[in-house]
Amino acid sequence: MTNLFSDLANSANLEKSISPSSAWRQLWLRPLLSPDVLAPGAVGLLLLLFWEIGVRVTNMPPYLLPGPLLVFQTLVSEWGTLFPSMLITLKITLVAFIAAVVSGLLISILFTQSKWIERSFFPYAVILQTTPIVAIAPLIILWVRQAVPGESSTFVSLVICAWLVAFFPILSNTTLGLNSADHNLINLFQLYRASRWQTLRYLRLPSAMPYFLGGLRISGGLALIGAVVAEFVAGTGGTSSGIAYQILMSSFNLQIPRMFAALLMTTALGVAIFVALTVFSDLMLRNWHESAVKREN
Amino acid sequence: MNPSSAFQLSDVSKVYTNGTVALKNLDLTVNEGQFVSLLGPSGCGKSTVLRMVAGLGKMSAGTIYWGGSSQRRLAYVFQEAALMPWATVQENVRLPLKLAGMSKAAADTAVAEAIALVELTGFEHSYPRELSGGMKMRVSIARALVTKPEVLLMDEPFGALDEMTRSRLNSDLLHLWQQKQWTVVFVTHNIYEAVYLSNRVVVMAARPGRVVADVAIAAPYPRTEEFRTTPLFNNYCREISGCLAHASGQLLLRPDAEAKAGDVINQIA
Ligand SMILES: Nc1ncnc2c1ncn2[C@@H]1O[C@H](COP(=O)(O)OP(=O)(O)OP(=O)(O)O)[C@@H](O)[C@H]1O
Ligand SMILES: [Mg+2]
Repeated sequence: MTNLFSDLANSANLEKSISPSSAWRQLWLRPLLSPDVLAPGAVGLLLLLFWEIGVRVTNMPPYLLPGPLLVFQTLVSEWGTLFPSMLITLKITLVAFIAAVVSGLLISILFTQSKWIERSFFPYAVILQTTPIVAIAPLIILWVRQAVPGESSTFVSLVICAWLVAFFPILSNTTLGLNSADHNLINLFQLYRASRWQTLRYLRLPSAMPYFLGGLRISGGLALIGAVVAEFVAGTGGTSSGIAYQILMSSFNLQIPRMFAALLMTTALGVAIFVALTVFSDLMLRNWHESAVKREN
Repeated sequence: MNPSSAFQLSDVSKVYTNGTVALKNLDLTVNEGQFVSLLGPSGCGKSTVLRMVAGLGKMSAGTIYWGGSSQRRLAYVFQEAALMPWATVQENVRLPLKLAGMSKAAADTAVAEAIALVELTGFEHSYPRELSGGMKMRVSIARALVTKPEVLLMDEPFGALDEMTRSRLNSDLLHLWQQKQWTVVFVTHNIYEAVYLSNRVVVMAARPGRVVADVAIAAPYPRTEEFRTTPLFNNYCREISGCLAHASGQLLLRPDAEAKAGDVINQIA
């Protein structure tokens, strides 16, 4: 996977130096023709083919296992109800993710400013992380309903659940990164009497970048999972319900092809989030970090 | 305290937190404008001496007195190049000036000068990963020189370089030192380099780290390449390698020991 995405990032680099038309070819064709895409693509197509043939040969009823063609048809016909639901889930995920990034970054900076703060509060971050979200989601929903009555209540409680899940990887990775600056460089900054702020800005934050971006990738997927799980628990109807609600309803009504279509959308969303964050991370690190740099040897 | 001394380490001991006694009761006075080399077996505490002088980490015992210069006008070339991998050569060299609050425009001339001094002009926009080991070390030297220091601490700065570049940078360094009147403390494993460059060669022994010999090199500056071939130069080298062998607790440099080593190599071949 990573190779493919660094291909994308590198071809974005090449773009500047070559003519526009070949630039487009470079940008799209090369990564699409690379073995990193062709091999899994071929496997996927084969699997779908076997699935379709299997369903047809065995006369499998669609309420047990629909064939991929039927799922795809349902996806198209139900697009009008499924897509808005997905957008709601996406919105919850994004808000929770951004909240997780900002809070994780700020708290990890706070941790590295004082060993005592880290000692005192880190265990509680771990406790928050290890408590299963399914178990505390009903509580959160109940409390938020007391505090924020009305329409936005569900949205807020779902965001809080997703944030709880997405927050920890950012916090722990960034804390690790901020503490792993090269000790010779720390000495150098000390020697030139750099202020706390300068050391943070010019040394600790850049050193933490690869760790932070790693946390970002994990946390993006977790935010989605958190949102979906919390939606399952909340199970609200009405106009503003997310993709998990659609999955739940389809399974109650035995609309299994519709359930598959909704599942497919959720998975696609998760993959899209991962791809976007990977490309972003490779772009950020392309000049210096081993994970993003193509070495000659 | 002698008025002309730059700094004076007095009865300094350093015990690391894991219990290693890196230095024990070490006295070392370095005069202003002096070029002092520290020579000794690996692990004898040479880097630790530099760290104490630079004020990096607490001394376990003893004191350091500063004379005319101050610790504030000090630059340190670490044993590893210690560059920021996310920054270009230019940004790496500019770092000390940036930390001092100097604007980019004001720093530019000094940065270009320092880069030219180590002959890396043309590589300003390269990243450390695109440089060879020796080039990285030169960037690190440029970063030290850019602040126009009074005291220069160098920890095996030329260890990673080939003989040609090393001897060229040696004479460049000597030239600059005479011009700028730095006080230099220079750590090296190379006896010839130490004798060629220094006013004084201080030989250290390990476990615990201490000074075992302090040899003044009484040859006038400017020293040219010819100095390396004079009998005086050779005498100093022999004297110091004797001290060093003694300090290492091995007598490998005695002729009969060398013969034995040769026999072993022949047998293996
Ligand atoms: N941070 C540290 N923690 C614990 N022990 C250390 C530390 N730094 C150095 N030492 C120990 O102190 C002793 C002196 O180390 P130092 O780095 O000063 O040696 P050196 O003379 O510079 O060696 P070399 O020539 O190999 O660079 C060594 O025995 C080493 O194991
Ligand atoms: Mg050393």
